[in-house]
Amino acid sequence: MLGSIKHKEDSPLHSSLPSKGGGSLWSDGWTRLKRNKLAIVSLVILIFFCITALLTPIIAPYGYEEQDLLLGASPPSLDHWLGTDIFGRDMLTRIMYGSRVSLAVGFIASAVAVFIGVLWGTIAGYSGGKIDSFMMRTVDILYALPFMIFIILLMVIFGRNILLLFLAIGAVEWLTMARIVRGQVLSLKQQDFVEAAISLGLSHWTIIHRHLVPNVLSPVIVYTTLTIPSVMLLEAFLSFLGLGIQPPESSWGLLISYGVETMEEYPWLIIFPGLFLSVTLFSLNFLGDGLRDALDPRASKD
Amino acid sequence: MYLLSVKNLTVHFHTRNGIVKAVDDVSFDVDHGETLAIVGESGSGKSVALYSLLDLIPRPPGKIESGRALFEGTDLINRKEKELQKIRGNDIAIIFQDPMTSLNPYLTVGEQLMEPIIYHQRKSRKKAKIAAIKMLSEVGIKEPKIKIDSYPHEFSGGMQQRVMIAMALIVKPKLLICDEPTTALDVTTQAQIIKLIQEIQIKYKIAVIFISHDLGVVAGIANNIAVMKEGKIVEKGTTEDIFYRPKNDYTKSLLSSVPSGQKITKSFVNEDILLRVKGLVKYYSSGNKRINWPLYNKNKEQKFIKAVDDVSFEIKRGEILGVVGESGSGKSTLGRSILQLTTLNSGDVYFNNTNLMLLSSSKKTEIRKRMQMVFQDPYSSLNPRMTVFDTLAEPLLYHSISKGNKILDDVYALMDDVGLPRSASKKYPHEFSGGQRQRIAIGRAIATKPDFVVADEPVSALDVTVQAQILELMLSLVEKHNLTMMFISHDLSVVRYIADRIAVMHQGKLVELDETGNIFSSPSNDYTKQLLLATPLADPIKEKERQNIISSKI
Repeated sequence: MLGSIKHKEDSPLHSSLPSKGGGSLWSDGWTRLKRNKLAIVSLVILIFFCITALLTPIIAPYGYEEQDLLLGASPPSLDHWLGTDIFGRDMLTRIMYGSRVSLAVGFIASAVAVFIGVLWGTIAGYSGGKIDSFMMRTVDILYALPFMIFIILLMVIFGRNILLLFLAIGAVEWLTMARIVRGQVLSLKQQDFVEAAISLGLSHWTIIHRHLVPNVLSPVIVYTTLTIPSVMLLEAFLSFLGLGIQPPESSWGLLISYGVETMEEYPWLIIFPGLFLSVTLFSLNFLGDGLRDALDPRASKD
Repeated sequence: MYLLSVKNLTVHFHTRNGIVKAVDDVSFDVDHGETLAIVGESGSGKSVALYSLLDLIPRPPGKIESGRALFEGTDLINRKEKELQKIRGNDIAIIFQDPMTSLNPYLTVGEQLMEPIIYHQRKSRKKAKIAAIKMLSEVGIKEPKIKIDSYPHEFSGGMQQRVMIAMALIVKPKLLICDEPTTALDVTTQAQIIKLIQEIQIKYKIAVIFISHDLGVVAGIANNIAVMKEGKIVEKGTTEDIFYRPKNDYTKSLLSSVPSGQKITKSFVNEDILLRVKGLVKYYSSGNKRINWPLYNKNKEQKFIKAVDDVSFEIKRGEILGVVGESGSGKSTLGRSILQLTTLNSGDVYFNNTNLMLLSSSKKTEIRKRMQMVFQDPYSSLNPRMTVFDTLAEPLLYHSISKGNKILDDVYALMDDVGLPRSASKKYPHEFSGGQRQRIAIGRAIATKPDFVVADEPVSALDVTVQAQILELMLSLVEKHNLTMMFISHDLSVVRYIADRIAVMHQGKLVELDETGNIFSSPSNDYTKQLLLATPLADPIKEKERQNIISSKI
């Protein structure tokens, strides 16, 4: 009696071909990302900035300490495309050198934060029970630690060091990430596919990296695109206080904070570093949005 | 003149992917005191058709393209919001499917009951409260004076649905729309709620439109039935006509998809016992005390809910054991504890004469390969970010069952087995319908060539025609791979169709275990009898008889 209806529901599938792409999340994601023009343009801009940052010592028009005190602050000209600051230092050169610090802080500190945060949050949420309590109370305690004191202590103990700055910022930023990820994992754990994975006999590690982490990517990507700019500004703040890098070295944040002081007389000192920072942040946001959509198979295909 | 007369109603949803014709040229009439059932599978537009009359569909994307709906002679479509609010509260009431989500958890039941009286009929709180208490007792809630100050979560699902009915009836509507009012309820509760709706209908002479996917429920209460498919009414007529003289092919297939008849039980000559469960006990502690502070908890006793209470049984190799019971009877916990997915308080599980309780966790991995599970909800049991290929290849690769070039062939073989087209291997779960997703989940479960599969309500989330296909598939797989299966379900007709033996569970205890035929012909346990009697039959005459038996017993 039941046999009379056979696989009618399959019919729409027979006609369709397998979707393009390699068939795994990452390769499918890349295929989808390539279709997102805005995201690709952003990616190209970011790569371009990174390359120029790396090559700055070779391609910069001037040395970063080179002063021309007689010239002083001058508006953009043929010699100095983006003008000079009050010491007559070339702004383009300073921005290029500054990008080395800012991009490195932004990407490395964020990468540290994402890596620790995702791992910590996933393990805590997946394990549950006492391990979860212990791990999350640790996060709470670190949250309660005043950030400035933490950084100053680190600087006092280990001396001022740019690498230490990355680590210190990363070590603070991962806390929120861990909380976000843990919350996501807790709700994912309720879903049957995790239980199905357990009953398949998969190891905990396999479940974490194949079943849990890919499913927390959306909030992680969104939060990362928010972390990178805040990290860059944090570096500027620390440098301003004398805890980060010191003049005559430069970073975008530092340039902007000095630019603010002379904003009325020499507006180009704030406009250009600000412009570069904004373009970077815009690109990051567009790329983040693109990545989030590309890595979610449920997002509409168009 | 009809109470409600819908003519050529067409509702479209304008989505990014084009226009979806949710309701397509639908016409029907309902008279005073009459019951119209609208039957169809999920997505057939049966709810949208009625919700659009009361402007309860999201607009946009929804849009009523054309049609008229005369309620007592005046058109409901394109009414002003103010006027509609009056009609919604006073003349037409709705009972929704899930009472859990349609009651506000932050307001007492009384507050929610009094709301329509105070706002629509502008009566004082005192009078409203009296009316509310009266209504509560009328829908069968005991101690209404006390219960009126309770919050929804203090009621069980069936009681919540009674409260919903009281809320709908308190304004004395002329038309009651019931949208799958018993789908979320247990079968014995369902029987009570349906009886209540019938009684109230007779008492207040209201018209009822009953939306359902379940032909069994509809058979006993409807005067007329309209069958919907893909937004169209494909057939309408009296209940007898639809059940005994269906004209449309779709109606016929719906009727034939209701699992009926009984499996011809295999005779097991060899008493080869695959799984033996002895004295299984699983308690959940109620209350949220996680740490037992000796001083703090001195006077408080830890309370326990006995999910599985001393259950013992055996399953022979090649057998399908059906486990039936209502929600909370511990049938799912039983399945999960056999598969070692939850810890046990006491008891032993012998699989192939190995006691699983004594195994180290590395040995368990070895055993897990041979015991698998199919879950109820195909929407949450598949990783949304893994393609069909990845999902099916994972167990094969992980347990080194196949390697290298062979993997593609093996996955294709699995897909053939479960009736999925090979071309679908690179698709993601969301691109499939519920039935197809369940096929993927079944494929994953049989990938490791297990001996034993626990199927936890594998068809209860599916439409009736799809349900029939999946049952058919499972039976053929059991045959082909010589599987042993534990089939958990709340639906007796499904279990009767598929199982060799049936175990009945009630409040954590195994109350009866017998061959399928014996359970249905001569149940020995009282609860089993009650369960059998509560199941609605998809046949109007038999269903009327059944209802008479129930009322004569009470």
